[in-house]
Amino acid sequence: MGGLDGRPGDSAASRPLLRLIILRFASLAITLVAVAAAIFLILEVLPGDPAAIMLGTSAREDTLAALRHELGLDRPALERFVLWVGGLLQGDLGTSITYRMPVSALVADRLAITIPLSLLAILISTAIAIPLGVLAAANRDRGADRSVLVFSQLGVAVPNFWLGILGILVFSTALGWLPAGGFPGWSSGLWPSSKALVLPAFALALPQAAVLTRVTRSATLEVIGADFVRTARAKGLSERATLRSHVVPNALIPVATILGLQLSFFFGGAILVENVFNLPGLGRLAYQALAQRDLVVIKDVVLIFSGLVILVNFAVDLGYLVLDPRLRSRA
Amino acid sequence: MLKRPLAAALFVAAGLLPAHAAKTTLVVSLPIEPPGLDPTIAAPVAIREVTWVNLFEGLVRLDRDGRVQPLLAKSWEVSPDGLTYTFRLQDGVKFHDGTAFDSADVKFAFDRARAPNSTNAQKQIFAPIDAIETPDPATVRIKLKEPTGNFLYYLGWGDAVIVAPETAENNKANPVGTGPFKFKSWARGDKVELIRNPDYWQPGKVKLESVTFRFVNDPQAQVAALRAGDVDAIPNMAAPEVFAGLKKDPRFTVVAGNTEGEIVAGLNNAKKPFDDPRVRRALMHAVDRKTLIEGAYSGFGQPIGSHFSPNHPAYVDTTGVVPHDPAKAKALLKEAGFGSGLAMTIKTPQMPYASRSAELLTAMLSEVGVDLKIVPTEFPAKWIEEVFKNKDYDMTIVAHTEPLDIDIYARDSYYFNYKSDKLKAVIAEAARTVDEKARFAKYAEAEKILAEDVPALFLFQLPKLGVWNAKLKGMWENYPIPSADVTEVYWVD
Repeated sequence: MGGLDGRPGDSAASRPLLRLIILRFASLAITLVAVAAAIFLILEVLPGDPAAIMLGTSAREDTLAALRHELGLDRPALERFVLWVGGLLQGDLGTSITYRMPVSALVADRLAITIPLSLLAILISTAIAIPLGVLAAANRDRGADRSVLVFSQLGVAVPNFWLGILGILVFSTALGWLPAGGFPGWSSGLWPSSKALVLPAFALALPQAAVLTRVTRSATLEVIGADFVRTARAKGLSERATLRSHVVPNALIPVATILGLQLSFFFGGAILVENVFNLPGLGRLAYQALAQRDLVVIKDVVLIFSGLVILVNFAVDLGYLVLDPRLRSRA
Repeated sequence: MLKRPLAAALFVAAGLLPAHAAKTTLVVSLPIEPPGLDPTIAAPVAIREVTWVNLFEGLVRLDRDGRVQPLLAKSWEVSPDGLTYTFRLQDGVKFHDGTAFDSADVKFAFDRARAPNSTNAQKQIFAPIDAIETPDPATVRIKLKEPTGNFLYYLGWGDAVIVAPETAENNKANPVGTGPFKFKSWARGDKVELIRNPDYWQPGKVKLESVTFRFVNDPQAQVAALRAGDVDAIPNMAAPEVFAGLKKDPRFTVVAGNTEGEIVAGLNNAKKPFDDPRVRRALMHAVDRKTLIEGAYSGFGQPIGSHFSPNHPAYVDTTGVVPHDPAKAKALLKEAGFGSGLAMTIKTPQMPYASRSAELLTAMLSEVGVDLKIVPTEFPAKWIEEVFKNKDYDMTIVAHTEPLDIDIYARDSYYFNYKSDKLKAVIAEAARTVDEKARFAKYAEAEKILAEDVPALFLFQLPKLGVWNAKLKGMWENYPIPSADVTEVYWVD
């Protein structure tokens, strides 16, 4: 379709893109419906009565019944499922059981932290991992390579919440450079808000950077041994130029795959890190909602996380098209 | 001469020179975020910590020693038969939205709490009420169905604060009370901000201009924020091992006080062999409370022999009734037919005090031939379902944080499955007794019955581990009621 305006170069690139987008959205819809049904069923069998949690152990049976009625928990499961999905289709996420406010408002505030945090973490992680991985591969079995491997081994072994606590001790308690936790709110300005995200983003990013470094290193090593690289060298290209224009672009494809998987991981890792740093993000909301059995919020947040993961995978697939010209021309 | 400016510069650098004026803002770190800000519709302690006497006020309140004091009622009379309470209300009290407070608000608040569709977590406070009369705007007359010894005391709780008919519906998100602080904002997941109420009926009572409650779940993160100066006070922290380390730091005031929380290892008294008092007593004899407190709570916390707070004037020391005596424990088990051993489980929630205590109990009980297996559970959701509702357990362990809750052992549906007519009679008698001294004597009697009968292993009183800036005065040392009263808090230079 894109070729109608007569620019030949366009059609080749956009047709697979369009197909990809349609396929992706179809799979997004199917996955979300499956996730919705699964999470609803899981929460049905998960022990825990939100009314009993809200009213404690001294509440009388009539009081519990009054709250269950108020929350709509006394309706049949099927009716609740239909009401929930029907609401979702109209863009209504429902009302939080614990906060008693619209989930959409809660989630919007939380995403304004979790998405920038994850993006910052992935930025840090790639900025560290790709140069280090290439450096290690280019200096295989030499000092630089060994140091990088030690770093990555350490990074893989260290859990991110522990790294977070360590970061607080050093940069907040001892040095006083960065806040120890909490979030001032975007309204307080870009700098104070970003400052609050620096330590958590590093805590999230470093273990992932370690994994990504190893992937980059091995992908680069694989490409370095390939025929076309030898050809490039034989043409008389310098080692540096070979690396830059032949090795790295080809090595980035597996790296992109891992990066996509990692971004999904960042959303999960955010649950731990947001709790350590007391950031009111989506991860902390999920954690609190689960402890409080805020069934409405849990269902919505799990759906949103699933949607985000699917969107990220979609973005990674688009990334392949950019990184690998063969995928574009094959269509 | 050279030395002095140098010294001054050093002092400035160290931040030790007095400021021009004392600070009037306060940041308090609380472990749990409240699920709403209306203490009259839900149970969580976190709601009371933010709102009780800071935002909302009752007819009476409890002071830091747990005694009933006048608040919105300046005085009251109780009829000789104990059935009629006549309250005279304070003059010139306004709600935060500017509307006047009078007897109609009291009637509204209590009628709302005892209505059929009420979700008040302590509805039983209002159960004795027969009628509420408002002869004039400054007088409330409450008639009871039967004499109720602790009626006034319970009116001091967060569940009985006075709310206005115009605003009650929205209090969960936008609380409107009569207290010295007004609600300013709530960044969900992060903090609640209160500011001073300029029209408060006791002018000059509070010195702070604003209070921020920040919700930080992780004790390490709480302490890091305190050390970094981001928060001024942690009124009650859950990590005794971290707390002990703060004692050496001169920047902070560190106080280990008492709460109303009893940590007990509840037994399923209806299940064999725990229906046999000899078995229950044997389990209690096997426990060395001192060692348990050392291991589970770094030595903070007072041993208890029954279900009663040492803060309360009716407390009697019953720790010697069934003392640590492994030989006696073995003898009792043998007598009950378990000379060759007994296998049982303890449903253990995730709180550190619970899992540590359970591990120590396992070790102590193994010495008398009891094989105690730890079965993890999740508090509150799973625990309420499995233990509290379904009573599917042998032994469990939780802190009972409600003040004056010894009557739980007289409740038929309670999770202990404990049925003692003797105790029920004493508790009922105490509830009816208006005379304080006679009522306290009844409580003492109930404490002794429990200590001897051991429906639960009585372990220790949960301490209140408070740490705050050394320049901060007026914080509470003990918690006679779950709260974080900041109305008397101020900074000194």
